[in-house]
Amino acid sequence: MANVIITLGNDISTDDIYPGRFMATVLPTETPAFAFFDRTDFNAQLKAKAFPPGSVIVGGENFGCGSSREQACSTLKGYELAVVARSISRIFLQNSINLGLQVVICPGIEASVGDELELTADQVLNRTTGQAFDQVKLPAARKGIMDAGGLIPYTRARLMARG
Amino acid sequence: MGMTVVEKILARAADRPSVTVGDVVEPRVDLAMSHENAALVINQYQEVFQGTGIAPKVWDPSRIAIIFDHRVPAESPKTATNHKKIRGFVAANGITKFHDVRGDVGGICHQILPEYGYVRPGYVVVGTDSHTTSHGALGAFSFGVGATEMASAWALGIAVNIEVPATIKVVVKGEFPPMVGPKDLILHLIGLLTAQGANFKVLEFHGETIRQMSTSGRIAICNMSVEAGATSGIVPGDAETVRYLREEAGVTDAIDCVTPDADASYVRTVEIDVSALAPQIACPHMVDNVKPIEQVLGIPVQQIVIGSCTNGRLDDLAAAAAILRGKKVAEGTRMLVFPASSKIFAQALDQGYIHDFMRAGAVVMNSGCGPCLGVHEGALGDNEVALSTTNRNFKGRMGNPTGEVYLCSPVVAAASAITGVITDPRKG
Repeated sequence: MANVIITLGNDISTDDIYPGRFMATVLPTETPAFAFFDRTDFNAQLKAKAFPPGSVIVGGENFGCGSSREQACSTLKGYELAVVARSISRIFLQNSINLGLQVVICPGIEASVGDELELTADQVLNRTTGQAFDQVKLPAARKGIMDAGGLIPYTRARLMARG
Repeated sequence: MGMTVVEKILARAADRPSVTVGDVVEPRVDLAMSHENAALVINQYQEVFQGTGIAPKVWDPSRIAIIFDHRVPAESPKTATNHKKIRGFVAANGITKFHDVRGDVGGICHQILPEYGYVRPGYVVVGTDSHTTSHGALGAFSFGVGATEMASAWALGIAVNIEVPATIKVVVKGEFPPMVGPKDLILHLIGLLTAQGANFKVLEFHGETIRQMSTSGRIAICNMSVEAGATSGIVPGDAETVRYLREEAGVTDAIDCVTPDADASYVRTVEIDVSALAPQIACPHMVDNVKPIEQVLGIPVQQIVIGSCTNGRLDDLAAAAAILRGKKVAEGTRMLVFPASSKIFAQALDQGYIHDFMRAGAVVMNSGCGPCLGVHEGALGDNEVALSTTNRNFKGRMGNPTGEVYLCSPVVAAASAITGVITDPRKG
């Protein structure tokens, strides 16, 4: 069970999640400081560790559109947040899977800040409103990477299998 | 069942007789491109090898390209140190397709790759930049990846677990009216498709207008295909592709253009006639918020930007210079010009375009991404408005969340620089 900490509209870009002017910062230990930097209050709450791990960002359509910058995922992974969005842009989705950031595609999701969500294997249950929403399965092609816990361990295993 | 261009490319690169939408393949990578974010790729790459007992070794240093462009010259000690780290990696691994901060061979990655003949029709190209879609202009399947995916490609030489994407066929006919061109076409198409209309799909471009379009124009439309969410844009290689690679990129070895089968299967076909198209403007804060110029005329603009991987090539600069020649940039408006590569900069000098810009009052900057992504050079002041030939206008994109960015073609940018407000170049 986890709480919704922010609800966002459609087309949330990587410039919004992680502004370009911080792209010289690459370390996953350092990128979280700049998450949603221009949303000043939310950034401050994140930095103050106001939200426990597993807390949920709810997005609209096309979440994570724009740049391929992986910082947009590592910055959220640093707080162990989850993203539930109506749809997710391709590169952001793949980067999330590669880094082990929990992302859920849920076309019908309706939730407000403070709602309690339960993410099951194939649904999102809004325990506050009593509504249940179906998930869209993540690309089957990426299952191996998810099962391995991310692309680095996955690639490592492939490399070792080659000998 | 026939195959689309991308299906053919993926089948070949994965040693399969055929593939179809949804198949999972692991194609060989022909070219792996990064820019400054190679600093992160290097970290992830080194982590892959940790604990394996295998000495880190890139699969093929001749197939890795690294081009400094996002923050050149470095805007901060942090970037300068990233540059330094990447130079060390390049030297240690024998990477030859490396373009440092230089006035002879430097430039924006999406211009350098075609310019130096690094991309060929039929290639599988991955790049740690979303605008890697650009290289579909040369008939390659070229798509953006994150740093970790690039690290995996450096180690394994393949793109792991690629799902064969569906393809949207875009057929373009008609002759562009004066002062209307490829940038207006792609903005119009993005408006039609929406910002996620091609998510997880390929845009394959056809029609007489595309066949007659220069490689420069094709780069502009493939570049911005990602703004409709596309995995890649692609123009099947043809006579113009061969001409460009031979005459402009100096390629001498075999060129193998891959074309789709007549009975290839498309998820959707979009037809566009450009013969009555007006100049198009993408309005704040989304690239699919596209309007014909008539609806935004007269909006005051504080900063004009001409350049970027979308519209910083010689034909773009020539068209803008022709409008500005003998004129002045309006008081209260500043104009910045960023040629897409050092080679283009030098050609623009030889042709006199740089003088035209400077005499008009524009500031001509070194080749690079400049203010497009808001890192350095040309940030907006609070509540300022920019009119730019770049490819994104997201909130905060040009370095200031209160700023507004309108996207347009080079001729619209040039005509508007003279008046200081969004101006129709057809009425000059």
